[in-house]
Amino acid sequence: MNRELDNAIARFDGPAKVSGKALYAGDQFQPSQLYAALVTAPIPCGREEAISSVSALAIPGVVRVLTAADMPRVHSALRQITVPPLASRFVPMQENEIVHEGQPVAIVLAETLEAAEEAAKLVQVRYTRSEFSSADASIPEDAIPEKGNYSKAGPLAFAKGDTGMAYAAASIKLTATYTQPSRHANPMEPSAILAVWNADKLTVYDSVQHLPAVQNVLAAVFGLPPTNVRVVSPHTGGGFGAKAFVWSHEILACMAAKVVERPVKLVLNRQNMYSVVGPQPQLTQEVSLGANGDGRLQSMEHKVSNVTGKTDDYVEFATASSRAFYACDNIKISQQVRRGNMVLPTFMRSPWDGPGSWGLGAAMDELARTLKIDPLDLRLKNYAEVEPESGKPWSSKKLREAYSLGAERFEWRTRPRGGTRDGHWRIGCGMADCSQGQARFHSTARVRLRSDATAQIESSFCDIGTGPATIFPQIAAEVLGLNPQSVKALSGDTNFPYSGPTYGSGTTISTGAAVQLAAKRIREQLARLAGWPSSDIELRDGRVSLGKESHSIEELLKGAGLSEIASDGALDLPNGAFVDMGSPQYPARSFGAIFVEVGVDEELGLLRLRRATGVYSAGRIINPRTARSQMIGGIVWGWGMAAMEASSFEPTLGRWYSKDLAGVSLPVNADIPPEIDVAFVDEFDSNAGPTGAKGIGELGATGVAAAVANAVFDAIGLRVRDLPITPSKLLGA
Amino acid sequence: MKNFSYARPTSIHQAIELAATSDVMILAGGTELLNWARIGIAEPSKLVDITGVAGLEGIEELPNGVVRIGALTKLNDVALHPLIRKSYPVLSTSILKAASAQIRNLATIGGNPLQRVRCPYFRADEPTQCNKRTPRSGCAALHGLNEKHAIFGWTEDCVAVQPSDPAAALAALDALFVTQSKQGGRRIPATTFHTLPSESPTAHNVLQQGEVIAWIELGEAAPKSAYLKIRERESYEFATVSAAVALEMEGPVIQRARIALGSVAMRPWRLVETEGRLAGLRSDSPEIMLAMKAGFADAKPLSMNRYKIQLAQNTAVRAIEMAVQA
Amino acid sequence: MDDPQKTRKEFSRRTLLKGGAIAAVTGLSGMSEAIAPAAAPDSPFVSHANITLVINGVSRRVEVEPRSTLLDVLRERLYLTGTKKGCNRGECGACTVHLDGRRVNGCLVLAIAADGKKIETIEGLANGDQLHPMQQAFIDQDAFQCGYCTSGQIMSAVACVAEGHTGSNSEIREWMSGNICRCSAYPQIVAAVNAVAKRNA
Repeated sequence: MNRELDNAIARFDGPAKVSGKALYAGDQFQPSQLYAALVTAPIPCGREEAISSVSALAIPGVVRVLTAADMPRVHSALRQITVPPLASRFVPMQENEIVHEGQPVAIVLAETLEAAEEAAKLVQVRYTRSEFSSADASIPEDAIPEKGNYSKAGPLAFAKGDTGMAYAAASIKLTATYTQPSRHANPMEPSAILAVWNADKLTVYDSVQHLPAVQNVLAAVFGLPPTNVRVVSPHTGGGFGAKAFVWSHEILACMAAKVVERPVKLVLNRQNMYSVVGPQPQLTQEVSLGANGDGRLQSMEHKVSNVTGKTDDYVEFATASSRAFYACDNIKISQQVRRGNMVLPTFMRSPWDGPGSWGLGAAMDELARTLKIDPLDLRLKNYAEVEPESGKPWSSKKLREAYSLGAERFEWRTRPRGGTRDGHWRIGCGMADCSQGQARFHSTARVRLRSDATAQIESSFCDIGTGPATIFPQIAAEVLGLNPQSVKALSGDTNFPYSGPTYGSGTTISTGAAVQLAAKRIREQLARLAGWPSSDIELRDGRVSLGKESHSIEELLKGAGLSEIASDGALDLPNGAFVDMGSPQYPARSFGAIFVEVGVDEELGLLRLRRATGVYSAGRIINPRTARSQMIGGIVWGWGMAAMEASSFEPTLGRWYSKDLAGVSLPVNADIPPEIDVAFVDEFDSNAGPTGAKGIGELGATGVAAAVANAVFDAIGLRVRDLPITPSKLLGA
Repeated sequence: MKNFSYARPTSIHQAIELAATSDVMILAGGTELLNWARIGIAEPSKLVDITGVAGLEGIEELPNGVVRIGALTKLNDVALHPLIRKSYPVLSTSILKAASAQIRNLATIGGNPLQRVRCPYFRADEPTQCNKRTPRSGCAALHGLNEKHAIFGWTEDCVAVQPSDPAAALAALDALFVTQSKQGGRRIPATTFHTLPSESPTAHNVLQQGEVIAWIELGEAAPKSAYLKIRERESYEFATVSAAVALEMEGPVIQRARIALGSVAMRPWRLVETEGRLAGLRSDSPEIMLAMKAGFADAKPLSMNRYKIQLAQNTAVRAIEMAVQA
Repeated sequence: MDDPQKTRKEFSRRTLLKGGAIAAVTGLSGMSEAIAPAAAPDSPFVSHANITLVINGVSRRVEVEPRSTLLDVLRERLYLTGTKKGCNRGECGACTVHLDGRRVNGCLVLAIAADGKKIETIEGLANGDQLHPMQQAFIDQDAFQCGYCTSGQIMSAVACVAEGHTGSNSEIREWMSGNICRCSAYPQIVAAVNAVAKRNA
């Protein structure tokens, strides 16, 4: 199963992407299409009272200005769609209520983009303002189950043992609060959709992370069977969670196209990306750790509250880390929300464990300092052999090996003493745990093998950069004994078999399993055609062999009068579930450790990354080349979280302070040194799924913020508990 | 953005003639103007594109030693010019730390100081209390989120800062903006080119309608000069604070210092008091920081930016260190 | 409507035919007669213009309003969608093209101001089926993931090498910082630039 392959192959979608030939939603065109521009509310709360489109309509090229009165009513079938994958139960432009700044209130449709953009600024809207609440300042409250299923994705409260007693009895106590601001995913491609109606059939070219979700939601909006809706998305220019669910612009564009009976192309501008799709929410984590003098955790309490909108309760389960990272007999967690007039927050790359690994990872370091134990040794002392929450064995876990290999490669044990000077820089080293819960999704795929020994995979998965167009051919090719270059994956179209989503790091484990099973069934068909037992045959280089005898695939198929054979495969989850977090017997997680060395210039408040080492236990790595890139991307994502990113909510105006890429800092090339070292522990997780692989897309972004804050403490003795770690916080340490 | 009509004169005379009326704006690199039009900060009905005007590009050394830079010279071309690198490294560095390579290939040295404030209230697409957007509407930043805003020269009418890096270097070099207009043109010191809110809360600089920067003149060479820009990420970001320093040294002793801070006020802020006290000090003197602090007597923090005072002092002291080693 | 690529080609071909000319005068579809503020007959101000852009070596004539950016003309009028719009404010570099041999942000250039100028886009880099060395280097070094910033990165990288700003790792990183990558393929991008720079040296 774990045969050595030349598996670091270059991405198959490379030639298209480097030539500008890969098509994203905004690159699509339809005859007679209209360009759409959104008019959005500048107030956080109130009512839209009147809209005047006279000035807008006077602009040459403007065809229509749609308001709530023009929009079809959402069909009752939408009530059957859960939130998520419908991002929010609230659909704008149905009534006149304003629930957050940036909410769409009108749509301008024009023959040219320029006319639409100009006219959008000329639509006059009269509002009645109501007092708004700022979620940042709201009191934490319990999530309400009726306000969406986000709160059901994990336990809102959990207790094991007696933390009160254990904490009181612990010889070392640490209680601290860690915070992080809201952050927007800001994929490089703004969300975009081109909606085309043909009688009662709808086709959308969309920028997505799960095509069938869009299909189902849009069908329900219009009361159509899902088969009436086709979603086409060959490439998505980055998702990071912002495109995981179905947002209002997608619904509104389709409604607009239906009303004007012309295709409508809506490309969100960067400002829309702050308020039409949601951020990862501002989060406050209160962590209490109680330990013995030898470092063993006796008690862990983790209390989290995150901001959410008024319309639905989005819960960011940062407490997942306390239920999973360390062995402890007494654990207590709780999750609450703070509601306010803001766009609904949502998943962002490394949801749950991203924030959770920050709070817990920093707290563990503070504990280590108090105990005067090396932070890595503290982790080893509290190693969780089984899942702390349930006591069940992990599907696989080679974290000790990852710790060891990481420490070796980083030279952790011989690291420079904290505060060592390098010119004006003071050097610090820090480490933290990386871990991400492993989601598995029901998924299906079809594989076709042609008589010329080429194969085709068909599934509706999408490409957000994670490399499925390469990985899945590798999986199929391995089973079928073909060169991966002979296998092509067709995707990005709901006409293909149902695929699970590209989020939750679940694509490889889910659709990969479906592909593998379909390929195995092809293998069985070949065995039958040859009249041989399938367990004994060998497939290699387009031939089927048993001992010394062999047939070519061409012979076998043509001999049976077939030009191709096809088979379907699926990953079916227990109880027909859409998603789970590992098999019932074996909770599944990926693990790792991140070590960073930073430089701090105390006088100038500068924080810079000097080197980083990440070593991961993440199951079988199908393509080391793409996997390495994924981990580097995750580490940089974490660096942004640690050192610069913040979407500030202006408390008086009730809107985002900056809605562009100048006022919000994302990491640039100059921030990232070449010394980013990534390695994987050799591992095959057969309990998580048949491919032996687990997900890695988000693992790399966990733990980094804690490692960086820990390194800052190492460098200058300043403990920063509020991200990002900016000059104003570092100065005068 | 709103539509406008467009003219492309080939001579400076034609340009200033066309730009005389208030509904006309001048287009050079366009790296700011297009965004003003998109946001609604400025909505000209006519644009005069001066990139085709002859004689305004290039760098020459005049017989009297003055270095004259054509206003239309692209930022990258100024920064990488051998004469500028050698004799005015503070200017070269300030440019190379500005924006991105792509923007510096379009933007001009004459246009860059005309950029407007980065205050997010000013730059908002939505209507906001901002005296520079809507006169007499107030200043949302005064009691709002003002972490990056001014510590010098602000009033309750405006607390924003002028973000241009080259402008700070030009102020440290006592450069002159040489303009052309129908009235004949002026020679405006870089140190007073930008308008403080006490002079006018709505204006950004002193240029009049129809007045075009034609050249920038630099005085004597300043090879011992340096520019230090502090920002959260390493590149492609506006400064939190910056310092432009030009020194004249006699051995280890500072004979003359010129220091202009960027992003601390609505104009580059020359630390006149500090400059005076630095004269005669050794470059390794422990009194440098004292001299620096003396220049901050009139520094006034806002609710969220007190750290900028210390940061600006440290930045300027470090820039002095860099200039000494230049 | 089956194949997105076919639909695009069909669309642009139809628009050409509507325009009636082989020399690809791409008209402002659907515009009424009065366009921008009407200018006096002998005024030097124009409210629209027929401009010529030499794109990847091919002269394209297109009628534009002054406010149309080079980026929007390339993408929405000429269907050269390889150049991407990331922010439309010059804050991300996704729209990087070459204008008279220099890398610039297409969203910050008015098309009318580029009249008569030479423009190179990602579509013009390859030589038929033969990828440009920088394109190949990006594949070899795995210097992209979602691919959206990639066109801008490559155009920037080609220019960076031509400018000679590849003397060190930190120089490459600094001079490539005008192109943001959210998938964060930065070290691989630098490796690609370095590989081409070394080969050229």
